[in-house]
Amino acid sequence: MNNLPLIIKREFISRVRNKTFIIMTFLSPLILIGMIGVISWLTTLNNDEIREIALVDETGKFIQDFKNTENVRYLDYSKLSLNDAKDSVVIKKLYGLLYIPLKSTNAELSKAIQFYAEDSPNLSVINPIEDLIATKLTNQNFEKEGFDLTTIENSRAKVNIQIENFTGEKTSKMSNYVKMFFGGAAGYLLFMFIIIYGNMVMRSVIEEKSNRIIEIIISSVKPMQLMMGKILGTSFAGMLQFLIWVILGGVLLLITSSLFEVSPSPVASGAAIDAVQSNSNEIGLLLQDILRLPLIFLVCLFFVYFVGGYFLYSSIYAAIGAAVDSETDSQQFMLPVLIPLMLGIYVGFFSVIENPHGTVSTIFSMIPLTSPVVMLMRIPFGVPWYEIVISVLILFGSVIFMTWFAGRIYRVGILMYGKKASYKEIWKWLKY
Amino acid sequence: MTQALEAKQVSKRFGEFTALEEMSIQVPAGSIFGLLGPNGAGKTTLIRIINQITLPDSGAVFLNGEPLQPKHIKDIGYLPEERGLYKSMRVGEQAMYLAQLKGLSKKEANQRLKYWFDKFEITHWWDKKIQELSKGMAQKVQFIVTVLHQPKLLIFDEPFSGFDPINANVIKDEILQLRDEGATVIFSTHRMESVEELCDHMALLNRSKKILDGKVSDIKKAYKSNTFEVGLHSDNQEALAGELAQKFKVTPAYFKTIDEQLKLNITLDASANSNDLLGYLASKSKIVRFNEVIPTVNEIFIKTISENE
Repeated sequence: MNNLPLIIKREFISRVRNKTFIIMTFLSPLILIGMIGVISWLTTLNNDEIREIALVDETGKFIQDFKNTENVRYLDYSKLSLNDAKDSVVIKKLYGLLYIPLKSTNAELSKAIQFYAEDSPNLSVINPIEDLIATKLTNQNFEKEGFDLTTIENSRAKVNIQIENFTGEKTSKMSNYVKMFFGGAAGYLLFMFIIIYGNMVMRSVIEEKSNRIIEIIISSVKPMQLMMGKILGTSFAGMLQFLIWVILGGVLLLITSSLFEVSPSPVASGAAIDAVQSNSNEIGLLLQDILRLPLIFLVCLFFVYFVGGYFLYSSIYAAIGAAVDSETDSQQFMLPVLIPLMLGIYVGFFSVIENPHGTVSTIFSMIPLTSPVVMLMRIPFGVPWYEIVISVLILFGSVIFMTWFAGRIYRVGILMYGKKASYKEIWKWLKY
Repeated sequence: MTQALEAKQVSKRFGEFTALEEMSIQVPAGSIFGLLGPNGAGKTTLIRIINQITLPDSGAVFLNGEPLQPKHIKDIGYLPEERGLYKSMRVGEQAMYLAQLKGLSKKEANQRLKYWFDKFEITHWWDKKIQELSKGMAQKVQFIVTVLHQPKLLIFDEPFSGFDPINANVIKDEILQLRDEGATVIFSTHRMESVEELCDHMALLNRSKKILDGKVSDIKKAYKSNTFEVGLHSDNQEALAGELAQKFKVTPAYFKTIDEQLKLNITLDASANSNDLLGYLASKSKIVRFNEVIPTVNEIFIKTISENE
């Protein structure tokens, strides 16, 4: 009597029919797009803010060099004393006050310039000011020493290293960011999937246990069969959701890319068209970088690592579900599950991006509890095939061991009611 | 008589705790067998072993003479005491699912469910969710699911809990009918009156051991003490009571009557004849009640358990 397909079917249908699943599947891509929209809108909002900076230039040499930009306006307060200027900056609620005192030498001056502000000023404000003054002082120093400025300017060499890989493909400097983005997104998505679907398995085990239907089911099905059916059925729901997202994402990508081609509006000035074109060139390069990524390979490996990582974790989740009576009791067992997952994410975001083929990254992409997340993050940077094979083999080996291990806890746990399980208790169950 | 189920020296330990020790029972085919015992006696463990949910440490269980095998699962219908259904699943879907798990084809399951739903007049529940049903209603669905695959052996753990008297009666009649159609029934219960009413065989478990088993009538015969409950009319009740107390072993009896009577339990020696007692009483008073006291299962239960403590 093979009941596995029946159980898988029931679990799959009850997951997919759930309202949360339907909402999550179709709404979360929209939420994601909405969030990106809101963030970019907020950024532009921030940039629109005009910062007014008062200048007290006792030397009188610099004031004409400060040109207003889109975001920064300089006001000449040189006629006021420093203290008066400070007061009026505070009253008028200006962004800050730049004070250039009169000093006998440039060396002294370079150390005496001060910026007063309520909050510590943004680097994007300070850096241009420092650059401007430094250039001016450097040039003055050159002139004092008798160098010709135009000669110096002409003899300055500009270097732009062309990055190319060994197979001869040119890559832009953006490509590292693209790889980081895709690797990070894949790793993070997997992390979320494992937590969400692992939790679903756990909740479904707890439901059966607290409903007491488990006694009825278990009189016709082996516990191991029930657990596997549960894990498999739920994983199919997860894969369906991912597939829908891939398709929706593909469609959205097509729509946005076709929108970009029609974007230069006829009323735009020539300069604007130039800007858009150079912009779209950049976007073109970016798209090229994205398309050059092994996207299909990445999606396939996402499935492989999702299945492996998900099986590994959801069998632990199933065992936890069997050991407790209610979801609130599950907390004490959740931490040991979440720690390796979090570790995977941290290693991914700090170590892999720093050095995708370093020792730390390589080791963590082999350890089964972290490998799904870390390896997915490494893949866009190019990982030798044998490393992937070893990592997948280790992962699936551990999956077999872990489902066996979890099955033994599950089998005893589901029939234990009202007993608060401790680690010690669970250890005993293994031997029943 | 052939045995539908036989357990031979079944033992089960959970760590330090012994749940069953050398347990042997025989359930004759076509009988209704009461499995009795206080909480923690090992009834549930024994039932789980019969259902192959847990494996015994030693000993063996035979179903119709064959050692228990996975294929026997579909020959057993089990209604556990701790029972429930998926709350958010529809009644029909759920019943279909559970029926298919027992090995019925979709078509068979559908046909038989239609029959039972018609019989219990609950066809309109088919598309309802379990959470919309009352406890008793859900119990009916569970009963149907338990018997749907026409098992030869039915195991009911407290089958009447949660039912109102009318529905309990409906279920009782169904169980009797299933027995008449050839099924063997094992009851695990605390409700002695249902054992009294239904069971022809029983076993009494206490602290992981069997302390009593056999035919209910045989057990009762063994436990009766040649005691008679009498109700007497006499002009001088006190004098009569004193006289009887000197001649026999007498204890007061309690039963309801519409008039004033002398109510006594009179215990005779094992060899004494009840006719002699009757003759003696008739000469002294007007007899309005005379019947042998047969111990109830409840009394036997309490007596044997407390003797074994």
